Amino acid sequence: MAQGHFRVWRGNAEGGDLVDYDVEVNEGEVVLDVIHRLQATQAGDLAVRWNCKAGKCGSCSAEINGRPRLMCMTRMSVFAPGETVTVTPMRTFPVMKDLVTDVSYNYAKAQEVPAFAPPPGLAPGEYRMAQEDVARSQEFRKCIECFLCQNVCHVIRDHEENKQAYSGPRFLMRIAELDMHPLDSLDRKRSAQDDHGLGYCNITKCCTEVCPEGIKITDNGLIPLKERVVDRKFDPLGVLKQKLTRR
Amino acid sequence: MTRAASPSLTAGRATIPARTLRTDRWWQAPLITAVLLTLWVAYATVRVFTQRAYFVERYHYLSPFTSPCVTASCPSAARDLGTWLPHFPPFLPFGVLFLPFLLGFRVTCYYYRRAYYRAFWQSPPACAVAEPHGKYSGETRFPLIIQNLHRYFFGAAVLLSLVNTWDAIRAFQGKTGGIGLGLGTLIMVANVVLLWAYTVSCHSCRHIVGGRLRSFSRHPIRYRAWTFVSKLNAKHMQLAWTTLATLLITDGYIALVSAGVFGDLRIYN
Repeated sequence: MAQGHFRVWRGNAEGGDLVDYDVEVNEGEVVLDVIHRLQATQAGDLAVRWNCKAGKCGSCSAEINGRPRLMCMTRMSVFAPGETVTVTPMRTFPVMKDLVTDVSYNYAKAQEVPAFAPPPGLAPGEYRMAQEDVARSQEFRKCIECFLCQNVCHVIRDHEENKQAYSGPRFLMRIAELDMHPLDSLDRKRSAQDDHGLGYCNITKCCTEVCPEGIKITDNGLIPLKERVVDRKFDPLGVLKQKLTRR
Repeated sequence: MTRAASPSLTAGRATIPARTLRTDRWWQAPLITAVLLTLWVAYATVRVFTQRAYFVERYHYLSPFTSPCVTASCPSAARDLGTWLPHFPPFLPFGVLFLPFLLGFRVTCYYYRRAYYRAFWQSPPACAVAEPHGKYSGETRFPLIIQNLHRYFFGAAVLLSLVNTWDAIRAFQGKTGGIGLGLGTLIMVANVVLLWAYTVSCHSCRHIVGGRLRSFSRHPIRYRAWTFVSKLNAKHMQLAWTTLATLLITDGYIALVSAGVFGDLRIYN
């Protein structure tokens, strides 16, 4: 048993500050364990959102020593002995209380992505696809919607005004997933650029860096989607081919 | 978590005045990137504009910075593709004909974009570190919207890689004629192999060979090609840096041999 020094952001939308705590830390624990102990012993009103404690529900997203991470997947052993651990809420979203943020921006953006659209005349149960055709999309299905990628993306993190025009890496990846789907009948390329702001992405890969599921969001999702948009919008030969074939 | 009906676009964020709370050396990577890229560009600029010691006629070593050499200003032995243009004035380097395409390929490359957006434009300098700009429009407007033409620069890079391949083949020239092999030959071959690896691992190449398909099962050959390129693509960053180094080493070695600083280490003939 040892003592750990924590600095936790306490407050709400009106304001707040970092508060210092010394709290017991045991071997094998993760940051969320310590936050729970803090809640149980010193700060009963500390708000923290969590659910599975297994890195699968995506609820306990926060920033630990400035890095967007899941609290339940951040081992205390990664910190040096005596190192202060600073825990703050995700910066990109409005804070509700302490470590809990209002992530409804993401739900609104999710609703703007048209759902999977199978070809007319094909009913559920009649879908037939080869494994190699769906393998690409399956990587994106690992997403647990922790919204760490949305949080770290500087397009909205540093520019609140871009939230209207930009859907963020999670939902651009969703569009890529559907556009790569062998049975999806919608052409989502123009919409990705015009309605979801793909052009704002400057592929600096922070979304990939913070993804707890290890999804290659940029290389396998956003860049392939950018290339597909180029086919439709920017490549003169692609546009010509599209006009000639009326696709 | 409750589901909201409409987006909350008001700020109301946690009041944390610090630019970042990261405690690691987040500034190190962009700093190293900026220094290395600056040094490389400075070296290349000097070499291209001085136009000296770029060809070793005896072994047919031609610097990749000067290839293809198609002006009358080049030594006749270096003009394997013919003489397309008359003498260039001294202030105008031969490289001006083809280097813009190579430069364009690297500048619009998805990896280099990440590198210089972070290192030079600080947008962002590192993950979860606030950028210094008041506004941001990304690649939605001119000039950055031109980044979308990366595939055309990829096409040019393929053609120039073919030329570099020819140069590497010609570097098997022996000092008494016929076939020979020297350290310069090995350096040029290694350079061209890595240049091909970097070029083929490009994201646009990955898209062209198969990425744009919706159904791989109907195009098995393209699927295999895409799978191969995807594996290389995972090493695109490493190849980007390695080829900067091999270009520099190849040009530097040729310059030193050409200037007579030391002779080529010959293995055969």
